[in-house]
Amino acid sequence: MVKRQWFTRRRHGFGARPTTWQGWLITAIAVAGAIGALAGVKKTTGEILLVGIVGLYLALSYSLGGAKKLIDATERGVESNDDYALENVIAKVSVPPAIYGSQSPREIAEAIVSHTGKFADATEDAVMSDSVIVVKHLTKQFGPRVAFEDVSFSVRRGEVFGFLGPNGAGKTSTVRTLSTLVTPTSGTAEVAGIALTGKHDIEIRQRIAVMTEVPGLYLRLSVTENLVFFAGLYGYRDAQPRIDRALEAVNLTSRASDLCGSLSKGLRQRVGLARALLNDPEIVFLDEPTAGLDPVASLEVHNLIIALRDKGVTVFLTTHRLDEAEKLCDRVAILNTTLRTVGRIDDLRRRMFQKSILVSTAAPLANPEGLFSSIESVTSWSTDDTGGYVLTVSDARVAAPVITRALVAAGADVLSLAEGHHSLEEVYLELVGAAGKGGEQ
Amino acid sequence: MNQSAIRIRAVMRKEFQEYRRNRFIIYTMGTLPLIFTALPVISLFSISNSTPPSVVRTQVAITLLLLLVIPVVLPATIAAYSVIGERDQGTLEPLLTTPVSREEFLLGKSLAATIPTVGVAYGFFIVLVVAIRLGASSVVAHAVWQPSWFLAELLFAPLLAAWSVWVGTAISARSSDVRVAQQLGTLASLPALVLPLLMSLQVFKPTATVAVVIAVALAVIDIGAWRIVSKMFDRERLITGASAVTMHAKAGT
Repeated sequence: MVKRQWFTRRRHGFGARPTTWQGWLITAIAVAGAIGALAGVKKTTGEILLVGIVGLYLALSYSLGGAKKLIDATERGVESNDDYALENVIAKVSVPPAIYGSQSPREIAEAIVSHTGKFADATEDAVMSDSVIVVKHLTKQFGPRVAFEDVSFSVRRGEVFGFLGPNGAGKTSTVRTLSTLVTPTSGTAEVAGIALTGKHDIEIRQRIAVMTEVPGLYLRLSVTENLVFFAGLYGYRDAQPRIDRALEAVNLTSRASDLCGSLSKGLRQRVGLARALLNDPEIVFLDEPTAGLDPVASLEVHNLIIALRDKGVTVFLTTHRLDEAEKLCDRVAILNTTLRTVGRIDDLRRRMFQKSILVSTAAPLANPEGLFSSIESVTSWSTDDTGGYVLTVSDARVAAPVITRALVAAGADVLSLAEGHHSLEEVYLELVGAAGKGGEQ
Repeated sequence: MNQSAIRIRAVMRKEFQEYRRNRFIIYTMGTLPLIFTALPVISLFSISNSTPPSVVRTQVAITLLLLLVIPVVLPATIAAYSVIGERDQGTLEPLLTTPVSREEFLLGKSLAATIPTVGVAYGFFIVLVVAIRLGASSVVAHAVWQPSWFLAELLFAPLLAAWSVWVGTAISARSSDVRVAQQLGTLASLPALVLPLLMSLQVFKPTATVAVVIAVALAVIDIGAWRIVSKMFDRERLITGASAVTMHAKAGT
């Protein structure tokens, strides 16, 4: 079990509140001591006035205490690279126009941090509102081996959140921790609004669903029998309508009475998804849901994930497949024992790579150096494998027309001119790298 | 029916469905009792009225003791499969992510193993005593048709089965191989037969009072075993192979 703090800092205002019996005992002793001390003091007008001033100070501190929290929350967001957390803060504060010009949530947040004291209205709650998973400094060790360390992120209600990383990065351990199967070594987390303390595990499990890489079906039982069993574990007495809905959602109604052992891997995966839908979960954890599936079966699973998102279900998708993450995920986190980054894929690209324009001409340019160095918005250039030119620019939208005009003026036959696109794979490899692979879990 | 009862029933029903479709379990349940009881029963029917009473009593006691082996051996093999079997077929992790508590899960599993076993044990006992009444010599019938033996069978069969289930489940929760779990489970459940054995060997006089006292002792052992098994059922250990407490100790946290 994680050792609990005796006191936790209040979200609003100042000070701390007791959270364990030790904390309450200390509080009770302190209050009793204060009452005893007051009882022993002969009250004068000056003392009463002093108590009044102190009381007024405390009340004011309480009501104004949010300002410091905003700065703390923003700084934490910057530290954790969690764009969503930062965006929440940004949305709640009056950002000066100078800051609006910044490019990414991170840059805006950094600007906010530099303007400390101006955003007293936003509080830590702004960061966490509408988040169904909030993870703060979570660590899990298996003996001396660190599965994941100091991981912080939040997942917004109704989004598909991709959790990427190499083998042994700690993805499955994170899912197991958030689904209450494994106890964290340190740190805190909230899942579906419930703190991950070990005391409310059943309540959390009631609100989530987990589909592991192996669907985990009873092969001697039929599809319906499997679903009846799991519906029973959720405590549903008459589960048939739920089962019918789940089977319909995964398009398996016609195979309801087939033994699971007779189904293909793709169909078993669909049964696993049907099982995950039985309890109308707020969050569905999908651990490598398309591993080993052929393209058609993978596409079916993808469509089911999209359907889940459309229904407002939050999907926590662990995957190795970067194309899958790029296609399905609203945001991704890249983990390699520690969290490398969190954010929208476009933001990650923008954050990590300079913008580029790809130019293709019918014939090689006579003097590309002279041409490109004369264009102000082009910072550098190179040739690619196909004989085209890759121009690094500060702003593609501004640079593209200028480059086009310059090429035409130089008499070049332009075949194409397009903004360079960095794939998620490039982002992933940049962050994780070939050397970043850990051991298998 | 509350949610807890629904979950326990769900586990039981699933277990019964799996038994029904697993011929190994059906054959084991049918043939194992026959193997244990065939020879002693034949020898009971060969006893004539002229056989000395002490020999009759001993033969009856051994036969009835062997009948009690049924509720010990049968559930041990089933229970030994209960946890590790789920892990082997990859169903344990999805199961543990549902709201089922360890008590509900274990109770469902144990009832599913105990009920058919006790049914088989009672069935064999009833068939035997009726057959003896109808076909065996009067001295054998008289020795068997004693309230103490009926009470012993009635009370001991479920209590011994429960013990066997807890032992089997405990071993299943800590084993990494189904075969090892089944062999160890059967072996480890046998010591519970000591108390009925003492009664059968007439170390205690086989009276109804002695049967009740032994039953109470077995019940106490069962409750202790249940508590130990519940403690051993650690989700993290079952999934990762080591408990959180052990790992935190190793990590120095």
